[in-house]
Amino acid sequence: MNTVLLAPIILGVLGIVFGAVLAFASKVFAVEKDPREEEIASILPGANCGGCGYPGCSGYANAVVKGIAPVNACSPGGADLAKQIAEIMGVEAEIGARRVAEVLCSGHGCDKLRYDYVGLSDCRAMVKVSSGPLQCTYGCLGGGTCEQVCQFDAIHIVNGVAVVDPDACVACNQCVEVCPKNLIHMIPLKTKRHVAVNCHSEAKGAEVRKSCDDGCIGCGLCVKACPKEGAIVVENNLAKINYDLCIGCGLCAQACPRKTITIDGKVPEPKPKKEDKLTPQDSKEAAVAQDKNAPVPDGVRTAPASKDLDTPAEMLQKQAERHAEKKITDPK
Amino acid sequence: MTQILAIALGAVLVNNFILSQFLGICPFMGVSKKIDTALGMGMAVIFVMGVASAVNYPINKYLLLPNDLIFMQTVTYILVIASLVQFVEMFLQKAVPSLYEALGVYLPLITTNCAVLGVVLQNTQKTYNFIESVTYGVTGGIGFLVAIVLFASIRERLEFAVCPKSFEGFPIALVTASLLALAFMGFSGLKIW
Repeated sequence: MNTVLLAPIILGVLGIVFGAVLAFASKVFAVEKDPREEEIASILPGANCGGCGYPGCSGYANAVVKGIAPVNACSPGGADLAKQIAEIMGVEAEIGARRVAEVLCSGHGCDKLRYDYVGLSDCRAMVKVSSGPLQCTYGCLGGGTCEQVCQFDAIHIVNGVAVVDPDACVACNQCVEVCPKNLIHMIPLKTKRHVAVNCHSEAKGAEVRKSCDDGCIGCGLCVKACPKEGAIVVENNLAKINYDLCIGCGLCAQACPRKTITIDGKVPEPKPKKEDKLTPQDSKEAAVAQDKNAPVPDGVRTAPASKDLDTPAEMLQKQAERHAEKKITDPK
Repeated sequence: MTQILAIALGAVLVNNFILSQFLGICPFMGVSKKIDTALGMGMAVIFVMGVASAVNYPINKYLLLPNDLIFMQTVTYILVIASLVQFVEMFLQKAVPSLYEALGVYLPLITTNCAVLGVVLQNTQKTYNFIESVTYGVTGGIGFLVAIVLFASIRERLEFAVCPKSFEGFPIALVTASLLALAFMGFSGLKIW
């Protein structure tokens, strides 16, 4: 009898004591939370993708309220969300250009292999075997690791190379981080037409020609075609676009002898209009000269053999300059 | 001293809570996908197991034993552990925010971890004194940490592996866990004296 009574009494007393202690503690140890934090957390997408660089959406909300994170760091939410967050925080939102992932490889070297790879279909595993089976050690291995990590179904392996679906991409950075070849970059879509160099190879021209059908050989024709100085540069045998300066004219893509540069993902007509007006003799010479010229790296070709005759590269350049002047002056 | 050492060694290796006694399998499977989270969970378990052992010892000795209420142990311990974890969480959030953030979401998760209940129940079963109880709690937590970190590092690599469709995810993780448990059987003959 005693035990039967004691059991509920002791348990009840324990429960009451602990309850009281907890109630007391919740008052004493209460930590004030900014109500804005919950508000922001509630409008965030909740995908916890980590693209903003904070652990999950609540971590980002916390950082915004503390003033550490910018209000426009949430890529999946986009400009609308940035505005909403800015309203809550009472600041002006600086809305940057939408960014999407871009795979810097055309995949035209994916059938040129050094060895047959047999193993896990995962780039992180493939790259451990002598940098992957491709002849081009910079190229996309097509193992599909980026496809696996993408939560938004925005990147797929098509014909052995990763291709981004720009409409589905929310710039969460998952694929960028996981790619062992560092091939995927976040690129702002600022200009009307989107120009991209689809190559990441810093190998010398001759090497690139062997291992890929349209890799960048660093010839520098694009640099000459470019109307804005510094918008495209050749560094380490590789053309790179500076998207702060690029106006999206696409002249570099037209000038590229290797069709490495694309406009909106497509290779433009490489032939400049003026070539039609050349005399047959000229164009023959030009064709021969171009053949010789194309594989030669930048520095060599800039010393023309004869002053009288314009090399095709120079003609291209002049034509491009004219084009560019027109394009730049026109809208203004 | 030998006794303490024997308890510690036993809890970490020989009678590992997860791999020999199969307690706390839920967090073991749930938060072992990444080494980082596994480490956080392990740390939180060490902390809670140690504190729970220390708090439950006097409750058992001065409240349950004198009143012949041994059969109430499980219920009482659950009550104590749950409130304790809640209290500790609130306290840490106020007093040691850095530790609170480091333990993060794992602290409240442990409220219902059966390894914590297991350690306090075993303390009474084995009639450990206060120091032995706390030792058993802390080293049991260390055993948990060792197991979950080992398992997480295996699982991180396992994700690259091709395995039959029907084995993907949890099934292959359970197979891995059983192999790990088999490996830990190798410690079963270990003795300190």
